[in-house]
Amino acid sequence: MSPQPTLISQSAQKTEDSGNEASYGSRPSLPALPGKHRRTSKDRLGNVLVTLVLSLGAIIMIAPLAWTFSTSLKTREGVFELPPQWIPDPFVWENYLRVWTAGPLLSGIQNSLIVACSVTIVGSLTSALAAFAFAKMRMPFKNVLFLGLLSGLMIPFPTLMIPQFTVFAGIGWVDTLLPLIVPGLFGNIIMIFFLRQYLSSVPDSIIEAARIDGASFLQIFFRLILPVIRPALAAQFILWFMAVWNDYLAPIIYLNSPGKQTLQLVIGNFNAQYAIQTDYPLIMAASFIALLPVLIVFIVFQRQIIESIALTGAKG
Amino acid sequence: MSMTMRRSRLHRREHRAALAFVAIPVIGFLLFTLFPLLFSVYASFTNWNGISAPVFKGFDNYVKMFGDRYFLKSMWNTLFMMIGIPIGLVISLGLALALNRKMRGTTFFRTVYYLPVISSIAAVAILWQWAFNGDFGLINQGLGLLGIEGPNWLQDTATVKPALIIMAIWKGLGYSMLLYLAALQSVPRHLYEAAALDGAGVWQQFRHVTVPMVRPVTFFLVVTSIIGGSQIFVEINIMTPTGGPEFESASIVWYIWQKAFDNLQMGYASAMSVVLGLLVFVITFIQFRLNRRNQFSID
Repeated sequence: MSPQPTLISQSAQKTEDSGNEASYGSRPSLPALPGKHRRTSKDRLGNVLVTLVLSLGAIIMIAPLAWTFSTSLKTREGVFELPPQWIPDPFVWENYLRVWTAGPLLSGIQNSLIVACSVTIVGSLTSALAAFAFAKMRMPFKNVLFLGLLSGLMIPFPTLMIPQFTVFAGIGWVDTLLPLIVPGLFGNIIMIFFLRQYLSSVPDSIIEAARIDGASFLQIFFRLILPVIRPALAAQFILWFMAVWNDYLAPIIYLNSPGKQTLQLVIGNFNAQYAIQTDYPLIMAASFIALLPVLIVFIVFQRQIIESIALTGAKG
Repeated sequence: MSMTMRRSRLHRREHRAALAFVAIPVIGFLLFTLFPLLFSVYASFTNWNGISAPVFKGFDNYVKMFGDRYFLKSMWNTLFMMIGIPIGLVISLGLALALNRKMRGTTFFRTVYYLPVISSIAAVAILWQWAFNGDFGLINQGLGLLGIEGPNWLQDTATVKPALIIMAIWKGLGYSMLLYLAALQSVPRHLYEAAALDGAGVWQQFRHVTVPMVRPVTFFLVVTSIIGGSQIFVEINIMTPTGGPEFESASIVWYIWQKAFDNLQMGYASAMSVVLGLLVFVITFIQFRLNRRNQFSID
């Protein structure tokens, strides 16, 4: 195990050293690379090949999604035609009307919205307050508390779900949305971690100045901190919203009656129920409806989401 | 004198406010993480159906577990399906290298490859179940174009796990690609220039500059993928609701879920969940130790 990393790291050190040398010397004094013109035409050929490979990959990535949409517009028999048709003939848009009465899709969307909105709106506020305290305030046991919260990330949900279930069952919360909502209201350690990280680049002096002006910490939080962390907060908010929206394991434990279930459970049940009746267009229409809101959110907020995730990796 | 007293009073007020601000997440942690964790450990030593009082049984559940064919099988299945992790990492590093070139269309490709990541796992499982259909599915159609007759993926003991691995790679590719891309863009250009001056070819530059520079991301991805992979559940539950042909696709979380909420063997299920928790902890710990050693030798 050990020889390989050392081998790599030695060579990394070597390249790093020579890199430093290069950066000490002034840029223009570096000798021009030989064959510069040939290289650009080679680059262009490379770009064409790379684009071809990436396009092929993109088709593979898109195909299952496109196939879902295509299936959702077929007749029940059209699904089993051989060779299969990519473009449905005829287009059965009616599947998208049928689906609303075939199962509790609408209440599923409502339930998912209630859970995701209440958790992320309240939870983001509690997380942001805690992140502010961890990043910018003097407090006893600061590191112990923060590391304690972080250690919670290492414990998988399945290890906690049985006691959580029995407690919530004991207070009569099974088959309500409360077990999905209440734990989230207390905040999210991942969000606290990233907001704290983000706040570390904010100078302490602006907070000191506000303190001297007699502002309370709550005032400082709402007037100074919240506007500053807004971009990071928005990105984390969207990521959390999508995670709650897509959650499946917690809902399947708590929710039994169809009218109480979240959207993901509803489409899971669609799948089980209508596969027996071989009504695949209906299943695919329901799944596509479940995918659509998140796809739209992603395409609208693409830049913020992608930057935030890239940040996760850089900091992680 | 009065100055320091005033300052300490101010500090006390700041301490109080700060503790109030962190109180909510800390209480949440105690209620929904620490207490359930301790209770799980306690319940794992009992015979308990979730309704009547637990009966203490010592290590019975742990002994039973290692003679339970289904537990061992689901553990094996879960580990086996992690084969997809290194495959996915290699492909996504390749994709990131491709997208790191200066050329048109990179934003478009980035979006397309990322779409599966944000799609709900339930919907993805449903559409892949359909795609893996032996007679009418998309996969066998594609194989048919190449003249290969595909198997009935999810009903065949030999192909059900590979099918789930393929789907997991498809779903996760965009995420690791994005993190690698961010890491590649932060590699200083002069490292490559210097390596080129030293006569390093493309492969050597990749091996000795790119790979070490993206190592922190690789580490992060390996840890998070193993933690995520050890908890695979939704796709099993939807695509193979009975645990697959001859239990070939049952995962550990699926088995825990079934034992706890179908068979009401909550004591036994708790013991298995504690083993899962320990496993995740140990893997994370080992990874951190390995990584620290690597960091050391670079310094």
